[in-house]
Amino acid sequence: MTLHRLLLLSAVNFCLGMYGMVVRRNVICVLMAMELMFNAVIINFIAFAHYGNGHATEGSIFPIFIIAVTACEMAAALAIILTMYRKMHKLDVHRLDSLNG
Amino acid sequence: METFFTTNSWVILLMPFLVFLVNGLFLGKRSWRAAAYFAVACMSVAFFFAIKIAIGFFSHVHEHSYIKGWEIEWLRFASADILGFDLVANVGMLLDPISIMMLVVVTAISVLVNIYSIGYMKEDPSAGRFFSLLSLFSFSMLGLVSSTNIFQMFVFWELVGASSYLLIGFWYHKPSAVSASKKAFIVTRFADAFFLAGIIAVSYFTQTFDFIELNKLATVETLNRYAFLGFGTVNVLTVGTLLIFAGGWGKSAMFPLHIWLPDAMEGPTPVSSIIHSATMVVAGIYLTARLFPLFSHSPLTMDVVAYVGAFTALFAAVIAVTQNDIKRILAFSTLSQLGYMLFSLGVSKMVVEEGGAINSLGYSASMFHVFTHAAFKCMLFLIAGQVIHVVHSNNIWDMGGLRKKMPFTYVSCLIACLAIGGIWPFAGFWSKDEIILASLQGGHTVIFAIGLFVGGLTAFYMFRLFFVTFHGESRKELHHVHEDPFMTFPIVVLAIPSAVGGYFAKDLFHHAFVPNMPLHIHELSHPHWLPWVATSMGLSGIILAYFFFGRNKFTQASSIAKAMGPLHTVIENKFYFDEFYLFMTHKVAFRFVAAPIKWFDRKIVDGVMNLTGFLLHAGGAIVRFLQTGQVQMYLSVMILGLLYFCYRVF
Amino acid sequence: MSTLLTITWLIPTITALLILFIPKDNHMGVKWLCLFSTALNLALVIYLTIAFQASVAEIGTGADGSQIKLHWTQVVQWIPMMNIEYRIGVDGLSILMMLLTSLIIFCGVLASWGVKEQAKEFFILLMVLVAGVFGVFISFDLFTFFVFYEVAVLPMYMLIGIWGTGNKEYAAMKLTLMLVAGSSLILGGMMGLYYASGLDTFNMLELAKPGLYSASFQQWAFPVLFIGFGVLGALFPFHTWSPDGHASAPTAVSMLHAGVLMKLGGYGCLRVAMYILPEGCMYWKDLFLVLVTFNVVYGAWGAIKQTDLKYITAYSSVSHCGFVLFGLMALTFIGVQGAMLQMISHGLMTGLFFALIGMIYGRTHTRIVNDMGGLLKNMPFLGVSFIIAGLAGLGLPGLSGFVAEATIFVGSFANTGMLNRVCTFLAILSIIITAIYVLRAANAMLNGPLDEKYAHLTDATFVERIPVILLLIALFGMGIAPGWIIKLMEGAVAPMVNNILRSVV
Repeated sequence: MTLHRLLLLSAVNFCLGMYGMVVRRNVICVLMAMELMFNAVIINFIAFAHYGNGHATEGSIFPIFIIAVTACEMAAALAIILTMYRKMHKLDVHRLDSLNG
Repeated sequence: METFFTTNSWVILLMPFLVFLVNGLFLGKRSWRAAAYFAVACMSVAFFFAIKIAIGFFSHVHEHSYIKGWEIEWLRFASADILGFDLVANVGMLLDPISIMMLVVVTAISVLVNIYSIGYMKEDPSAGRFFSLLSLFSFSMLGLVSSTNIFQMFVFWELVGASSYLLIGFWYHKPSAVSASKKAFIVTRFADAFFLAGIIAVSYFTQTFDFIELNKLATVETLNRYAFLGFGTVNVLTVGTLLIFAGGWGKSAMFPLHIWLPDAMEGPTPVSSIIHSATMVVAGIYLTARLFPLFSHSPLTMDVVAYVGAFTALFAAVIAVTQNDIKRILAFSTLSQLGYMLFSLGVSKMVVEEGGAINSLGYSASMFHVFTHAAFKCMLFLIAGQVIHVVHSNNIWDMGGLRKKMPFTYVSCLIACLAIGGIWPFAGFWSKDEIILASLQGGHTVIFAIGLFVGGLTAFYMFRLFFVTFHGESRKELHHVHEDPFMTFPIVVLAIPSAVGGYFAKDLFHHAFVPNMPLHIHELSHPHWLPWVATSMGLSGIILAYFFFGRNKFTQASSIAKAMGPLHTVIENKFYFDEFYLFMTHKVAFRFVAAPIKWFDRKIVDGVMNLTGFLLHAGGAIVRFLQTGQVQMYLSVMILGLLYFCYRVF
Repeated sequence: MSTLLTITWLIPTITALLILFIPKDNHMGVKWLCLFSTALNLALVIYLTIAFQASVAEIGTGADGSQIKLHWTQVVQWIPMMNIEYRIGVDGLSILMMLLTSLIIFCGVLASWGVKEQAKEFFILLMVLVAGVFGVFISFDLFTFFVFYEVAVLPMYMLIGIWGTGNKEYAAMKLTLMLVAGSSLILGGMMGLYYASGLDTFNMLELAKPGLYSASFQQWAFPVLFIGFGVLGALFPFHTWSPDGHASAPTAVSMLHAGVLMKLGGYGCLRVAMYILPEGCMYWKDLFLVLVTFNVVYGAWGAIKQTDLKYITAYSSVSHCGFVLFGLMALTFIGVQGAMLQMISHGLMTGLFFALIGMIYGRTHTRIVNDMGGLLKNMPFLGVSFIIAGLAGLGLPGLSGFVAEATIFVGSFANTGMLNRVCTFLAILSIIITAIYVLRAANAMLNGPLDEKYAHLTDATFVERIPVILLLIALFGMGIAPGWIIKLMEGAVAPMVNNILRSVV
């Protein structure tokens, strides 16, 4: 394993996540795609922490941070989605466009 | 000579102002009778002061040509420490022959009219207000005639106009009175705007408002040096004096700004008597006389003054012959007499070939006529009021046969008519004779002829009025005809100067009333036939009037009127000037200027502002389509943008 | 003394805060508190005016120089980063404007004694507005000036939008948008002044020193600032907010807006645009002279055909405020002095007009003049006051309008330019048109036979009489004895005019 490959994995992961965010219509799927992107970032952190020079601790702490924050975020986001579903009975992002001009 | 009375001449102004305040704020609402007596008392004090000043001044008339009673600074436009020159409008009292004469006339007539109004207004519920406003007028008029400077004159000039407006519209519930008051104010205001422009122009070049300074020869030279508006060949003297004269043109109701005066008769008759015949309307003549030394150096201005006056004299007299409303006849007669006074000033212009001489006869004759006219015209209006009070109609054809029922009025009216008709030895004869003589001496043959002819015409229309009103048989059922003592007293008092005032005052006017300028008076010819011709013109007018109207048969008169046909109709309708002005204001000015401007402002200017708003709004409407609300679209655009950015950077 | 200056705008601010603590239903409490605070303010400003005269006697007016001589200066650092200061002081002009403001607001509070709905909020906004106006007149730091200016302008939106009548949302929106557009121009111009000077200061007196700005900068910055302030001063063609805004605004707001706020426009035009940028002023003088002459004449013509009392008054305001700008563009000492006199005179007069219109409207429930008639019979007090206000409007001597207008005409004629002369004549002739519309309105409303449906109406109440009488006294006072006002003003106007004319000679 080299840094190179890890970064490639991360990039692929990120692109998949981005693709998923743009094309998926279900809100929950969009959320999951977002999660994929977070994970790509985490992979980057760890890879650099491992292969980088001298900043191993910071590189390891940030993933934990991100995981914690993501968890909170997920909780909040799921709560919002749940409420939204209850109110509007839909989870299709294409139809959730009440902010249109 | 400075005396107690000249230094305290402010009392003359204070008295009417005090009456105005006290009556307007307190007395008027409570008891109009108290207000009236208060007004009479205060005006009598003012009259007393005026008389004392007059006696003091005229008994030492050769010592000085003027006295400044008092003067205080009022409005400072520029001070020397900032601009390097002073331009200050003062308030004060200038006492010289003409202003003292006017002070006496105005205070005397104020007293008499106030007394008269006690009788005339006794049934009016708002009589208290009347006495207050009448005093406001007296105050303004006294301030006007005693102004030390032209700016002060303009101030009081406007106040006079405003009080005239308030008094014409005194019966504010009468639509005709209201529109008459508006008309009077706006027409005179129109002239006043030019007056103000003239004051400003002249004062800019001379840096003074003071009459004494303005009348100096140095002023003439200064004004002659500058071109008006900074270019062209027209100098400031001509334009400035013409502009200033425009003020007098409107106030004295000279043709073609005469239209307001006949309508102003809608006001109470005492008002017509004091304001619209005896005092205010002579303000224009007074202004011209006041600035006579300045005016006389501009030949064009003097010609305008002369011809406007002469034309109005003729024009108004012709209309007066056809009118049926007693007050309107008197109003047109006033216009005609004002024309006399004005052209009398105009004809005494410089006679160039005699080394710049001024014929001061025209000047003193004009002032003389102001004096005599004030007496007999005020009286005529009071008589008209008396008659209207009894008959309850303004139409002379509703009257008739009042000779027996109102003996005092009848005799007084005869005296007044003889005076205005210019019959020896009544007052009007002396002043009118001098005016006609002055125009002959000035070489204005046309004006001389007009003066003579109008003299006859005057006698004719006045005696038409006299015969129709007092002679013949009663044409209307009249109850309780009586002569109110309050109303009769002033009429009888005024009969005295109307009868003999001319004879006794003529020497005084001839010697004391000369313009305050270096004069080279030449003894000009005084043809002996002139008084005879003038009197015979008047007498023939009277005889004609008797022939047509004195014998209680009006068939000849109406047949002549019929024979004149359309001409008579045109004259009777005052040459349709009112209609013309109405057309010009309502149809042209309002419809073609004001209405389009209103439309332009609301639709175009405001429209552009609204259009700006609309365009912004429309721009927003386009931009809003970009806001689809599709989160994923935003995201893809963002990503594409990021990619493009990366591409450009790396 | 400088603390007292600060207190003038602190009083309304604190009043606004105190009103917050008054229960919502206690309308009378709110009104009495406002009345008390405005009375206090009036007393304070009167005291300051008297003290100012003593101060002038002591240290002079500075009329011979081109530098404004400030009295009671106080400087407090505010935002050090940009060297923004709370710099206050007064000269003869600002003290007079403060006097006018405090009088108008006192009368305005009395005139809005009848406000019933949401009185609390109404008076809070009114007080905030007044605080802003006072702040503007004492500020000599451009930035602080601008902040106060915005504080004064913005409450108008809500005051008209909530308590107005008629098409109030539209009017409020239009007024606010146009004024804010003007403000944005001012802000831009102000920033230009700040950066182009290179002095790192907003101090007006420093910025006005000669030779600071290049001619080309002055040429573009002057119109920006002049139009920016001119919008508030109803400069043609940016005056259209005025008829709609004034017609919809409630009484006290109309009074304050036409009486005081529009004066901020003329004040700013002189103090900021012309004083700081004299060369720019000279460059653009012909264009603006023509525009303001248009203002004067066109505003008067526009008023003739209007039938709504408030529209008539609003157009007459356009015409009269045009006289303010006209006097300024005369570019002579007398003319500028006349313009300042006209600001005060118009403030008093239009304040009285709107107060009376509010009172009459409160009775007849119509403002269309042709629907009324004969009101003089049962409302003698209101009617006579209206006639006096009208006569002041058409420039009758003895009332304030004449003094101001005559001074403007004299001053404008003193400018020897041919265009100036022609414009002066046009402006003089406009007094005829003024007479026409004033008399048309007064006659249609007050004279003639009394309509049956108005027969039961009564004259002004005691509370209503107080502001009217106060304003009438002020109108007469200024008209009869203008001397002391001119004396106070001379020292303030002269340095500014010297600075403007400096660039010519």
